Order: sequence, then C-alpha cells, then structure tokens
Amino acid sequence: MARRARLPRASRTVLRPPASVGRSVPRLEGLDKVTGRALYVDDLRVPGVLHGRTVRSTIARGRIKRVRLDPAFDWSGVVVADHRDIPGENLVALIEDDQPLLAAEEIHHAEEPILLLAHEDPERVEAATRAVRIEYEPLEPVLTIEDSLARKAPLYRDDNVFKNILIERGDVERGLAGSDLVIEGEYRCGHQEQLYIENNGMIAERTPDGGLLVRGSLQCPYYVHKALVRAFALPPDKVRIVQTVTGGGFGGKEEYPSMIGGHAALLAWKSGRPVKIVYDRLEDIAATTKRHPAAIKLRTGVRRDGTLVANAIDIVMDGGAYVTLSPVVLSRGAIHAAGPYRCPNVSIRARAVATNTPPNGAFRGFGAPQTQFAVECHMDRIAAALGLDPLELRRRNAYRLGDVTPTGQVLRESVGALEALETAARRARWAERRARHERENRDNEARERPAGLGGAAAGRRRGETSRNGAGPRANGRRLRRGIGLALAYHGAGFTGSGEVKLGSIAALDLSHDGRPRILSASTEIGQGTTTMFAQLVAETLGVPADFVAVETPDTGLVPDSGPTVASRTCMVVGGLLEKCARAMRERLELFAERPIRDARDFQRIARRFLAERGPLRFERGYEKPPEIEWDDDRYRGDAYGVFSYGCCVVEVEVDLDTGETRVLRTIATADIGKAIHPILAAGQIEGGTVQGLGYGLLEEVRWKDGRVWNHQLTNYIIPTSMDASPIEVVIVELPYSRGPFGAKGVGELPMDAPAPAIVAAIAHATGARIDEIPVTPERLLEGLRDGARRDGSRSSPGSRRGGKRS
Amino acid sequence: MIEFVLNGRGRRVRVPPMKRLLDVLREDCSLPGTKEGCGEGECGACSVLLDGRTVCSCLVPVVQVRGARVVTVEGLDRGGRPSALQRAFIDLGAAQCGICTPGMLVTAAELLRHARGRVPSEEEVREALAGNLCRCTGYQKIVDAVRAAARGASRDGAAGTSGARAPGRSRAGTARAKRSRTARTKRSRRRG
Repeated sequence: MARRARLPRASRTVLRPPASVGRSVPRLEGLDKVTGRALYVDDLRVPGVLHGRTVRSTIARGRIKRVRLDPAFDWSGVVVADHRDIPGENLVALIEDDQPLLAAEEIHHAEEPILLLAHEDPERVEAATRAVRIEYEPLEPVLTIEDSLARKAPLYRDDNVFKNILIERGDVERGLAGSDLVIEGEYRCGHQEQLYIENNGMIAERTPDGGLLVRGSLQCPYYVHKALVRAFALPPDKVRIVQTVTGGGFGGKEEYPSMIGGHAALLAWKSGRPVKIVYDRLEDIAATTKRHPAAIKLRTGVRRDGTLVANAIDIVMDGGAYVTLSPVVLSRGAIHAAGPYRCPNVSIRARAVATNTPPNGAFRGFGAPQTQFAVECHMDRIAAALGLDPLELRRRNAYRLGDVTPTGQVLRESVGALEALETAARRARWAERRARHERENRDNEARERPAGLGGAAAGRRRGETSRNGAGPRANGRRLRRGIGLALAYHGAGFTGSGEVKLGSIAALDLSHDGRPRILSASTEIGQGTTTMFAQLVAETLGVPADFVAVETPDTGLVPDSGPTVASRTCMVVGGLLEKCARAMRERLELFAERPIRDARDFQRIARRFLAERGPLRFERGYEKPPEIEWDDDRYRGDAYGVFSYGCCVVEVEVDLDTGETRVLRTIATADIGKAIHPILAAGQIEGGTVQGLGYGLLEEVRWKDGRVWNHQLTNYIIPTSMDASPIEVVIVELPYSRGPFGAKGVGELPMDAPAPAIVAAIAHATGARIDEIPVTPERLLEGLRDGARRDGSRSSPGSRRGGKRS
Repeated sequence: MIEFVLNGRGRRVRVPPMKRLLDVLREDCSLPGTKEGCGEGECGACSVLLDGRTVCSCLVPVVQVRGARVVTVEGLDRGGRPSALQRAFIDLGAAQCGICTPGMLVTAAELLRHARGRVPSEEEVREALAGNLCRCTGYQKIVDAVRAAARGASRDGAAGTSGARAPGRSRAGTARAKRSRTARTKRSRRRG
C-alpha cells in the first residue's frame, strides 16, 4: 500500500483542524456506494418514461437502399425516429463534423446507428427492433491498417489518413549511421474495451421552456452539451446536461455519451415523453469505442555501453470509421513514443488511418500505452542484444532534470524517472529475483529431461523443490518463472496548446447555509474527484473535507472546467479550485478582520457575509504558465506542463505446455508529484495496473466481417481477482511547482507500463519475445515454437549474444 | 403470488414466475442497489444472498426464491449503520465507481460468515471474489478491506453481516451460481 502521509509535528500544535491534503479521508460518496443508495442512471425512476433502442447496421460498408417496418408487427405506441427527424445538424460534434448522429445513406462501419425506436414496454421495443428490415447495397469494407494504407478503398480524403504527425529532433539517419549497433523491432497491439461495469445509459426529456434535459452516465457534460446544441439547433442555455452517478468510464464515456444522449433526446423530442436508453453489455461492447489498435516500428541506434544515439519510430493507429478523437490520441501516442529516455536524434512519424470499423476512442492512456508498449519491448530487445541487464539499460538512459524530449521540451522540474525505476527495482529485489528465476528455470529444465523417462527420482526431486517453496512446483507441468520491468511517463493535462484552447473555468461559492461549494464540470467516475477536490479546497480554507459541498456536474449550474480526461482533473482543475479557495479565504478574513479558525468559525463568518454583502463566488480560469511554449504547426515545444513517471515490475509463471501465464507479483511505483489522497491515488495506480495486465495478457477483441464477435463477458476476458496478483504500490513525490500542493497527473500513467513488463517477464521466463499483445496462450505457444528465430531476425548480425535467452 | 423473506422482512410479489429476481428486486421491490452488469452471470454485480449463499440474481427466476431468504446490499447494514465490512470498504478505498460494490459486499459477507471469525487468507478472499468483476480497483483494496473487516469482526466476536443468516438448504439458484463461479474461475485459469 501507499506510503501513509503523516502530519508534520508542527502542524498539530497550530490552531487549525488537521490537514486534509495528504490524508486519506473517507471518500465523500462512499457511504452511498456501500449501502446501495447511490443512484446510477438505470436506477432513476422517471414517470411516463419510454425505453429507447437503436437499430444498427449489420454491414461494415455500403449504402442503405431501403428501411422498411414489417407491417405484420403491431407498431402502435412505438416511436420511430431516423435522420430526417433531427431538428439541427445530423452530426455528433467533436473535432471534425464527420460523424452523423444517425446514418442517412452511407454506412461506414458495422453497428452504425440507423433508426431509433421507443416504447413504454422494454420487451415490445426489443421485439420492434427485430421487425425493422433494412436493405443494403454492400461494398467491400476496409478492415485493417494494411488495407487502409494500401488504399483498398477510398474512405477518407485521398490517402485514408485522418492525421499525420512528424516529430523530429537532431539527425536520425546520421545518428543511426554513427551507432555501434542498430536494433529493429515491430510491435502490435489490438483493440481494448474499457469495460466499465456500468453500461452506457442516458435519459432525455423535453423541458417546458422548449429545451432538453439529459441525464446520464458520462465523463464530459460539456461534450454532450456541445453536440446537442448543434444537433437540435438550440441555444446553449436551452440544453442542460446532468451527470448521474457513473459506474466507471476510463475514457469510454468521454465522447460516446454525446451519441447516446443525442439518440435519447431525439426520441424524447419526437415523442414528447422522457426516453431512457440504457445499453446492455452486448450492445455496449459491440458498438461503443475501444482503444486504438496500433502497429509500431522502431529502428534504434545505440552505443556498446547502451547509450541511445538515434531512434526512428513509425506509428500507425487504426482510427475506425470517423475522425472522432483519433488526431489527439495519435498526438499523445506520438509524443510519448520514444519513452522516458534521452536521445539526441529522434524522428517520430505517426499516422491515424480510416477503416470500416466502429470509431476507436478515448481509453485511459490515450495512445501512450500503445507506443510505450512498443518502446519498452524494444528497450528489452536492445538490452538483450547488448548483453545488458534491462534495468541497467534504463538506468543509463532515463530522463534526468534538464533533459530534452523529442519535441524539444526541456524537463525543468519534477523528473522522477530514476526514482520510480530504482524504487521499483529495490522493492522487487530485482537482481536477486532475476538470478533466482534463471537458476530455477535451468534446474527445472535439467530435471525435466530425465523426468520424461518417468523416473521416481525425478519425482522426489520435484517434491523437494515444492517443500522448500523454491521454484515452480512441477506436478508434471513444465513451468518457468521470470521477472520483467517497464518504465513509462505520462504528460498531465491536454497536449500542446490544448489547455489554452479549452480555457477551463472552475468556481467556488458559498451555499446558503454558509459552506463552501465547488462548482465544476469535472466528474466523479470512481477515481475520487469529489473527495480530492473537497480536500484541496478544505486544506486552503482550513476546514475538514466533508464540510465542503461539491455540486453535481450540471451544465445548468457549473462552469465548463473541461472534460474529465487526460490526467488533468487534479492538476489543472484542482489547481483552479485551490486558487478560488485562496481568494475566498482572503475575502472572508478581510471581511471578518481576523483569520478563520475552523469550520464552525467559517460558517459563522460566511453566513454573516451572505446576510450583509450577498452571494460570494470566485471563478478562476486556466492561465498558461509563462514558461510553457508550444508550436502546433511544427509540433515543437512543451507538449505538457509536466510528466508523471511510473515503473512496473511483474513476476510471472508460464506453463510451457499450455501457454498460460500467471502473474505472481506486481510492483508499481509512480511519481505523481503529490498524493492529495494516498488511498485514492494508490487505487488509481492499482486499478490502472490491472487494466494494463489485462491489456498485456487477456483482453482481445475478436472481429468477424467488421463486427465484434466476442461482445460478452463470457468471451471478452478482463482480469478477475485471481488473474490479478497482489500489487505493491509505492508513491514517489517529486512536487511540481504549478500543481496544487505539488500534484501532477495520476489517472493514466499506471496503464502504460504493465503490458510491456509482462512481455519482458515472459521473455525472461521462456526466452520467447512476443511482439504482439495480448500474449494469449495461443500466441505464446507460437512464440515458444519459433521464439529464438524471431528474436534473432530483427537485430543486426553479430548483435546477438550466443545462447543468451532474454 | 410469490412470497419470500427480503432483508429480514416478509415480501409478496405478483409477477410472472420466470421474471428475473434481479428485475423483481429493482422494479417490484424498489431496491435498486443490486446492479446489472452483464445479464449472464459473469460479472457478479447482481449478486444477492439466497438462503445465505451468493447467487447471480440475473440468473434466478423469481419462482425459485419462493419461501427463501434473500439479502441484498440494502440489507447488509446493522440497524441503519454500516457494517464492519461496509465501513472497511469506505475506509480502505475498496469502492471506487461503486457499481460492483453491492455484489462484492454480498459475496464478501458470505465469505466472512463462513469464516466464522477466522481471518481468511488473501488467496481465499481472491478465490471467493473471483466471480465478481471490478474494473476500477485492481482488487487489492477490496481484498484488503474484506480481510480488515474479518479482523475487526473477529475482535467484535461477530461477522459484519446482520442480514446474512444461518445457511439454509441448497437451492437450484445456489447450485447455478456455484457453477457459474466455478466456470469463471476455471476460465480465468484457462486464460492465464
């Protein structure tokens, strides 16, 4: 568990309540969540509600010839809406206006919404969906990155590329030519489903003033707001979006709720009745966004001592059928693609391409888990080629203060790469465990040879090993153990000029009963926003966290503090709230002509202020720190205000005959500047780490003709409590001067390192270096068959160490 | 008309016999604490205690609970105050988004009752919870909270589960739930 923050002795003696920041106060909505009182969207009872359903395309590409409602079905009471019913523009407004709310004629991907139905009875509307007949004129779909690049069919402009990015530093070709050794590698990762346990859902209703009220499970109320204003041609103040208690998001409820909200609103608009659309698991997995698949090539030049000299990186991501968020996912992926390592010559070429698959979207990490998976696997390949310990290779190259990133960003402060790395290695007892696994694997291998003859002696020796608790127990199984690590970094906040363009605003006012009230659009989706915000404000005001009220994200009440994404909530929005709280404290103390003593005192002063002076409200908007510069056109400058750093060490046991991998132990370290709430922060790190384990080992979206066929929890496997190993978390705190109390981002970082750490551990255990995740048993067995050959084929001649496995 | 005991009180519902217990609880008994995550017995979000045993209420037709005792998350508190288990979930960060929490609590309550004051090992807790999926926590804090509650309960001399009563006779729903959980465990083993 995380280091438990202790109060400094001095602060116990001053006349103020115990500090909030750094303490793990009970989460504010915790009691509601453990008693079943927390109401999620599907729990809301709305009188007269209709249940909405979506009729979707069954083909991946083509044209709609005809939509017919089966006359044999009783359509009475069924509300039917299609694209012609949309009062405004038929689009889901996001980055580019290319995605329709409902397909009109052209079909660009399977599961594309075509028709909406609603009825009081959920069973009737379900039956109605089966009574819709859609005739298509199918066209050959483009379903893979390769086919898209080969322009098998024109999907987007003339090259099928949504976005091109080129990042260059130094002279890569010269750097490669001057290196002692050039290592090449190609890595692939597939889709990953966010798999929040609460499926997507929204409830929409018309308001008496001619507007819309939409409530639901979402991360970004103002995204939905923006989309509905356009789709319904309404003035902004006539559209109100309210977040309900949200059962997980992980990026999966960043942009898609605009689609569902639009659909529910359209049915409500047409019927005049409230309409609820709650997806079931099948529809949620089949139709909503996933992590972008990627193919990444690296060509890296190193000196014999392991110093990185040049890195040429090529990234292609599958964006799916519409632009949606792909340009920014690609951008974050590209910026992180060289890993947290200094290298004087880097070129990163990145492309997001169009295919006829459902648009891929935001998922924790946002492009960076893909590219850092590749670079971390590649670092291990380099270490093997040089005969270096993977830890040592990273130690020699990891960012230090003053180093420069590929975009030319100088790392001025809070660079915890080495601390994260060394702390993890120490905690894992890296060298000792590594040597032990190698020794035991050798012993096991030696023992298995005579064991094949069925000798009793072999059995006895196995028994001895088990009793000593040393090494994998055989029981006739051929087991190998290994340890692997990966280092990662993650920029906090929007990329480049994103925060400036967003111009987030957060506010703090006084509630009528004289308590501070937080007003922001940043959502609580499980990560602890509510509690963490309350702590930041409470600390500044000198009151306990549970004295602070946090308003529901409701576009009718709160300013636009930007989306709840990009590891920005604490650092950026929390920072604004801290400023608001400081201003409020100054104002009230000026009014009282003395310092605020405690919560009761605060309330007394606040009430007096409200009675004598009226309402009190402070708003603060994002201000770009003067030292941050970014050039959008040249992709140069400070891509992020600051980076967080994390290291993951994993020990695995592999069954050579079945290809199964069991994770035995996981260590995750994270330099996040400051843990405002150590338990919540550790919870983010643990949860992200297990999602990363799933990404590396289990989670595979399988496709057939452009449709997901394993759209069930029965066959899309996420880690259970038995797949996840015990996790040890160590939080490293190198404060960031611009973050509230030194805090940086924490949400996404833990997603970056686990998958490559697993691949490394498997390689250490078996000698098979698998370049594609997830490492399913099938993939691993294939790798075991030709592991050594594949490993050798990609590095320069003479670079391999004879017989060296891993 | 189907009669059963819900969170310690007699309850009658007039619903189709094959209606899912999950929907009866949420719609007809106005207890929305029990959640639906997958509708096929994989995620465990809809777990309730049926005669003291955890079942997936999405797999149980209500006719099977006739005369049985059902405990949902709403019945886990101790006279309006959170149980030791619920308290541990809050204090140790075992509930994040909260959607899996009701099912986790119910499953953990059964485990603690069977442990009879003994603190189950980390492996035992992980095995018991293997039929309940959580996407937020990575499970560590849930495991820690269950064990902390067991330690607290062993000190207090009572399991933190007032609603969960003595084990009853085995019912079809229980068997099905067990099957489902075994299947899940097997599956997770199979896939590594």
